[in-house]
Amino acid sequence: MTTAISVKGLSKRYRIGAAQTKFRYGMLRDVFVDSLTAPIRFVKSLAGNSNNGSSTKNNNFIWALKDVSFDLEEGRVLGIVGRNGAGKSTLLKILSRVTEPTEGTVSVRGRVGSLLEVGTGFHPELTGRENIYMNGAILGMKRVEIDKKFDEMVEFSEVAQFIDTPVKRYSSGMYLRLAFAVAAHLEPEILVVDEVLAVGDAEFQRKCLGKMNDVAQQGRTVLFVSHNMSAILRLTQEAIVLKKGQLIKRAPTPEAVDYYLASGQAESGERIWDAEDVPVTSAPFRPIRLRLKDRTGKVVDTVRSTEPVTIEWEYQLDAPVTGLRVGMYLNTMRGEYVFTAFDTDDAKQYEQFGARQAGRYVSCCHIPADFFNEGRYSLGVNASSFGVRRYFMDENALSFNVDISGAPGTQWPEVRQGPIRPRLDWKIEKID
Amino acid sequence: MTELVKHEPTTIYIKPSTGFTALNLRDLWLYRELVFFMVWRDIKVRYKQTLLGAAWAILQPVLTMVAMFFLFNKVAKLPTDNVPYPIFSYTALLPWGLFVAALNQGSRSLTSNHNMITKVYFPKLILPLASVLAGLVDLAIASLILVGLFFYYHVTPAWNLVWTLPLFLLLAIITALGVALWLSAINVKYRDVNYVLPFLTQFWFFATPVAYSAKAISEKWQLAYSLNPMAGVVNGFRWALLGIGNGPDTGLWVSVGISLLILVSGLFYFRNMEKTFADTI
Repeated sequence: MTTAISVKGLSKRYRIGAAQTKFRYGMLRDVFVDSLTAPIRFVKSLAGNSNNGSSTKNNNFIWALKDVSFDLEEGRVLGIVGRNGAGKSTLLKILSRVTEPTEGTVSVRGRVGSLLEVGTGFHPELTGRENIYMNGAILGMKRVEIDKKFDEMVEFSEVAQFIDTPVKRYSSGMYLRLAFAVAAHLEPEILVVDEVLAVGDAEFQRKCLGKMNDVAQQGRTVLFVSHNMSAILRLTQEAIVLKKGQLIKRAPTPEAVDYYLASGQAESGERIWDAEDVPVTSAPFRPIRLRLKDRTGKVVDTVRSTEPVTIEWEYQLDAPVTGLRVGMYLNTMRGEYVFTAFDTDDAKQYEQFGARQAGRYVSCCHIPADFFNEGRYSLGVNASSFGVRRYFMDENALSFNVDISGAPGTQWPEVRQGPIRPRLDWKIEKID
Repeated sequence: MTELVKHEPTTIYIKPSTGFTALNLRDLWLYRELVFFMVWRDIKVRYKQTLLGAAWAILQPVLTMVAMFFLFNKVAKLPTDNVPYPIFSYTALLPWGLFVAALNQGSRSLTSNHNMITKVYFPKLILPLASVLAGLVDLAIASLILVGLFFYYHVTPAWNLVWTLPLFLLLAIITALGVALWLSAINVKYRDVNYVLPFLTQFWFFATPVAYSAKAISEKWQLAYSLNPMAGVVNGFRWALLGIGNGPDTGLWVSVGISLLILVSGLFYFRNMEKTFADTI
């Protein structure tokens, strides 16, 4: 067997956003000084030919990957598991040469294709046909190659009759299908699938996984990232576990998944922030844990649509804070917002808790029964003082599944569109 | 799937690039079709949903020419080496239009395609290159008017010199590409470029003999004036088409030198910054 991918001592360092450091002390003076000295720093950084304009502050860097090494033989399907921020996506980005590693080397045998970076370079003004050629060229296909597969792609995308219509007139479903059709026909030697970034409805995702399975059957190499352990177990023989940028386990998939679940990193309806997970810039706000509870108060990662849910965020204030609001964003896995809410949204509540003394707090909210539709949701958290400062934010702190058994309309086995599934009062009258 | 070509896959080595990276022209060659597609897309999209469409490629220089005709010829009465002012200015507006398009489209070429940069690998050089080449198509359309002007004013082109036109066009492309490389790479990190651009364009316009004759510059400043590579380009266009001016002199070689310097330094700066594009854009 030949080696398809060989990764040696791979590390990637990122700079933490400048905005965070800028407001470290939350003083207007700093902002002024900062913007006044900006031209000087600009000239310096141009002259210094690199982006370490603030190399004096080494704590502004984080290692998204640290010393990762592994080899993968041709024709194998490797699962990659790990929590958000463990470095999975960074690893894939380096393998597909989108970003460069800071240290280490990778050798990749053959073309790397990604199933989910679909529609790259699509232009709304161009027709479906034109976009197929454009997108194919961006993905590295030759023109003759596109010519040869053109009909196949159009058929796969099911948009044949609109192929000469500008894609801005397409529905989002048609757009995705067309984009996916191009990516799916790239036929790379190595396929990279990042399900975490997956867009589209359940049907579309099934199609993705189906395609991935085909590719694996043909004996090509696949790297598969997912939060869905059953998909990992079903589709891969072997898996690696990443934690905070390091490879901590490589084993046959069942063993790796067991290890991952047992090590308490998996999303289990609870997110705990260790001291080192919290950026220093968050002070005096310090998140402790976020939990999702069912009706009986049990911490769960799957909730029932027909039952109410409680979301509990525990945090510490190391100093008094004024104007504080602590809240959450709820997103679908496609990245659509479902809602945003803060604990002091209510004016009376704000009067009482806008200014908070130092101490430990829990902000807790109840989401009523008959709210969620089927699927997977992501919960982001945010603690800020409006117009003053954002202390802490994690856009994907926790994710959970919703089970819809017993919800309205479940007697019909069909997918209902939309992120919510309310139990509405219907009245039916015969008026004639 | 059966027709999958059984070729030996090439091995790619990914490692941190240090210092000035090799230009990697091989990758640029491999992706040559993408250059074509990007140019084609730029042109196709540029005039979509406009009332006048590609007529804009002609209207822009023509309207500028008309405005300059009244201002600089009728009012200010600038000397034009005995050539009708419309032809005099239009021969300069052609390469100038290419340069301005490169400045505007080129400097934004990376930021406006950020979703490509953060998602797939391709030589990023393609983006500014394509926007400069797309400007060439506008130039070709706009030069039809020049032919008309020659007939209207009964001016005979300087046939013995016209063969040098492609060389001056090449100089224009080199200059435009060099500047586009610098600005696009800086723009990834510092969006200040967007604010500098209108000012830079205007300043450069007055520093280039588009509206006036280069002879208006006094003798002792001529060499310093040639430090602006666009001065060399514009003078060259006039010399090749109308037979006026000095033709290849020291000033032209200074312009050529500066132009190459901008391009080569631009290439290196661009390549050196390229590795950070996906992280900073």
